[in-house]
Amino acid sequence: MAEFRLPANSTVKKGKNFKAEANATNVRKFNVYRWNEDDGENPRLDTYEVDMDKCGPMVLDGLIKIKNEIDPTLTFRRSCREGVCGSCAMNVAGTNTLACTMANDEIKGDINIYPLPHMEVVKDLVTDLTHFYAQYASIKPWMQTVSPTPSGAERLQSPEDRAKLDGLYECVLCACCSTSCPSYWWNSDKYLGPAVLLQAYRWLVDSRDEHTGERLDDLEDPFRLYRCHTIMNCTNTCPKGLNPAKAIAEIKKMMVERQG
Amino acid sequence: MTTIKRPTSPHLQIYKWGAHMALSILHRASGVALGGGTLLLAWWLIALASGPDEYALFQDCMRSIPGKIVLMGFTLALMLHLCNGMRHLFWDMGKGLDVETTARTNIMVFLGTVILTAIAWGIGYGLV
Repeated sequence: MAEFRLPANSTVKKGKNFKAEANATNVRKFNVYRWNEDDGENPRLDTYEVDMDKCGPMVLDGLIKIKNEIDPTLTFRRSCREGVCGSCAMNVAGTNTLACTMANDEIKGDINIYPLPHMEVVKDLVTDLTHFYAQYASIKPWMQTVSPTPSGAERLQSPEDRAKLDGLYECVLCACCSTSCPSYWWNSDKYLGPAVLLQAYRWLVDSRDEHTGERLDDLEDPFRLYRCHTIMNCTNTCPKGLNPAKAIAEIKKMMVERQG
Repeated sequence: MTTIKRPTSPHLQIYKWGAHMALSILHRASGVALGGGTLLLAWWLIALASGPDEYALFQDCMRSIPGKIVLMGFTLALMLHLCNGMRHLFWDMGKGLDVETTARTNIMVFLGTVILTAIAWGIGYGLV
């Protein structure tokens, strides 16, 4: 059942305020969600005043500056800092995005940063993605074939068939889209969510894959695929500019088409 | 191993609303409202079949201010569900799912709802 309100242990309290240095002239407030399991407290929203004259352009630069210079206990995932690894996915200014590709200048007012929505929090901005990855594994994201491998050659694909994978292979599995989806919020135990369904479609349209029928059988389920109600949050939030809603629509079409 | 129950991160509380999100929940709400509206239609037909007194009672109710508000709500729900339903048909064909087209059709659905409601009420008042 959908639980629209946060449980008692999850409501966000007012947190600490970290003042900027007195001589800073270009100050912006970063309001950041904090929780750790050690103090037994509810989550809180800490405010960090950051001197933007001494800060890089991206939201991630701000977070790194806070961690390095203001509060080393702040915890978040990051790696490539250029939108390729998908580690720094979080909710910034109300929308899921990669902190490394979101410029501070694009945000009006305070910069509000929360973990990916409706997920279990491990610490601060780090959420537990175990279930998300398990769902990804469940769609068997690798090539499945029945025909023997051509001897001494690769399985070939025409440029036209290869082009069908454009807009799909670029997905970095950051989980921004899945955790933006209200349907996924309420039913993530059974609904696969946009990111995993986009990956499922990536293998369904691959001309070299020979398990299309089995893949569709696995998705033919009231929850796994059909909990998508075209709310369109996924496509609107994807930091890579991909279109999970379109991929899901194409899977639904394949379901109808195979019935003849 | 942790024994502490981890919190759920905020969702509805913090997610920024967009027109696409509002239309999605309004589509569901208007669908439910249409269920109630169908009961209203049934009452109208039963009143019609039950004779002049029954029908006069129905008319009095619908001509009152609360009755008109209910009727207006019913019409808005019908037109919104109709317009957004047509958009869903295009989506089911895999068309118009990109961000730009969705932003345009959001406006078209809202405008269509208002215009069709105005036309329906215009015709309705013309007949009275």
